[in-house]
Amino acid sequence: MALAAIDWGFILIQTVETSLGLEAAVYALAAVGLNVHFGYAGLLNFGQVGFVAMGAYGMGLSVTLWNLNPFLALVVGMGFAAAFALILGVPTLRLRGDYLAIVTIAAAEIVRLLARSTTLGEITRGAEGLHGFIGPFRELNPFDPGAEYGIGPVQFGGNQFFAIVVGWALTAVALVVIRQLMRSPWGRVVKAIREDEDAARALGKNAYWYKLQALILGGVIGGLAGMVQALGKATIQPDSFVPAYTFFFWTVLILGGVGRIWSPVVGAMIFWAMLTFFQGTLTAMVNEGLIPTALMDTSQVSQIRFMLVGVGLALLMVFRPQGIFGSREEMMLDVR
Amino acid sequence: MSGSNVASRLWDRIRRRDDFEPDLGWVLDDSRRKWMAEHTSGVTKPDPALVIKNLRRTFGGLTAVDVDHLEIQRGVITALIGPNGAGKTTLFNLLTGFDRPDSGSVLFDGRDIERMRSHVRARKGLVRTFQLTKALTKLSVLENMKLGARGQVGEGFARSLVPPLWRAQERAIEERAMELLERFSLAHMASEYAGTLSGGQRKLLEMARALMSRPAVVMLDEPVAGVNPALTQSLLEHVRELPIEGMTVIFVEHDMDVVWDISDWVVVMAEGKVIAEGLAEDIGKNQAVIDAYLGSGDDNNGEAP
Repeated sequence: MALAAIDWGFILIQTVETSLGLEAAVYALAAVGLNVHFGYAGLLNFGQVGFVAMGAYGMGLSVTLWNLNPFLALVVGMGFAAAFALILGVPTLRLRGDYLAIVTIAAAEIVRLLARSTTLGEITRGAEGLHGFIGPFRELNPFDPGAEYGIGPVQFGGNQFFAIVVGWALTAVALVVIRQLMRSPWGRVVKAIREDEDAARALGKNAYWYKLQALILGGVIGGLAGMVQALGKATIQPDSFVPAYTFFFWTVLILGGVGRIWSPVVGAMIFWAMLTFFQGTLTAMVNEGLIPTALMDTSQVSQIRFMLVGVGLALLMVFRPQGIFGSREEMMLDVR
Repeated sequence: MSGSNVASRLWDRIRRRDDFEPDLGWVLDDSRRKWMAEHTSGVTKPDPALVIKNLRRTFGGLTAVDVDHLEIQRGVITALIGPNGAGKTTLFNLLTGFDRPDSGSVLFDGRDIERMRSHVRARKGLVRTFQLTKALTKLSVLENMKLGARGQVGEGFARSLVPPLWRAQERAIEERAMELLERFSLAHMASEYAGTLSGGQRKLLEMARALMSRPAVVMLDEPVAGVNPALTQSLLEHVRELPIEGMTVIFVEHDMDVVWDISDWVVVMAEGKVIAEGLAEDIGKNQAVIDAYLGSGDDNNGEAP
């Protein structure tokens, strides 16, 4: 039986590895930010990748341009993301929700195109990407770069492991802060604005100001995602911030369930587990001749796995529209 | 102007009248009678909570609100009546800052509030409800109530992260919320999503929520529309109690029984203008208003929903 010839153990290890790895942590953080925007404040942000890019470049440039120490670089990265939030939010948040959506999708592209432009080439190193900022961060790495870390067969190199630990630690901090905020009167106002902005204003709440705060908070968390990515990859590539990533973050959030604390984390893990599992399985099946090459070859697998994720998402919407953690009861309130 | 339109019929009738003033029973004394003869409406009140001066709002060619002078007496219940499209809700929006006038001003406790944004007006004690109820459906009924309280320490971003700063206040707010829910017979629903409430219960919730802020002026836009008769009675009793607690109430209502039942003063609007105002019993006797707007009690009672 050809199915038995597939190395399932290897595929499984890879699946677990990516669902705990750097990408999953980055996606989780970015989706946590998006959850603040959409899940709690009802803001339609279609440019989360712009915040991610701002965070990454803010951190990278702090070192390459200004020689700042790593902690200050972190603060500058957050500052870049916050500034981006202000630029987007100040003119649009007084208007209806759609305007923010339009502006964010365009602004995120502007960030990417500016970063890769020759005009800013001196600073951002254009399409080649920003390098040479990782040194000071590596000095902080308590793990041995030559050694492997992990549990059992799931192992990461020391530098990679450092970035992963930082990524999940930042995710944990972000979740704790958000949980506290959402249980407080501040969170109550934000959720009320999501439900009905006019009602909140009629009760004396400055809806504009709260929306701006939420946009900054979620944007800064998105910026952290960019910094974790830069830390893990030791390079910042402008073309790793294409609009498609924003929609992967949305996929992650919707998979987990909008407006729930844990959903971005579990969503990111499932998203990456699915991608890796499909990649491994399909490749092996093509190699074993289970899928004829006339239908698909190994070079097409990486595109087809996204289609399968799309099918998975569509099935989820049919059978569990509230996502994994979402509450069906809450969702049904909308149709009453 | 369509002939079947009750608004235009009323307005025509009043415009055609050379000397309509003696006929309208709402002029209270000689000095006001004189003022009214000059201004059509705009009786000065002993202690107005709100004064509206030359307030105008147009949408394209349509003049939605055009009020020369209107005073809302403090501590009484004022009803705002008039046919659909008379400008009642637009006037509400202008008073609460949800819409901006083309010209004119609104004085609240003697201060011009024209430049204040809506949430600032609400904080100053000018709180409204909406014609289409705005229950925050995915918040619990209790959370809805707590949202109404003013001056919450925990609503600041940084302070919200330090619960000891606001826990005591939160408890006090919750206590008051439960008290009000008890009064409005919603206590048993406190932990349910507001989205599970019936239409009538949502009206009750919205009013109770507005009261959480202990407002100076409560503006209710059709408080009993769509509410069943039993619930209407209890809602009206609550409204009646508000002036006793020192609040000023303005409400828009189409149900004339409700208007006569609870209002002290009635303001009649048509086509954006205030065409008559007076004590409820006088306006009720006013033949012009009865004929043209209120109907004679047969098929023309009030207006189509």
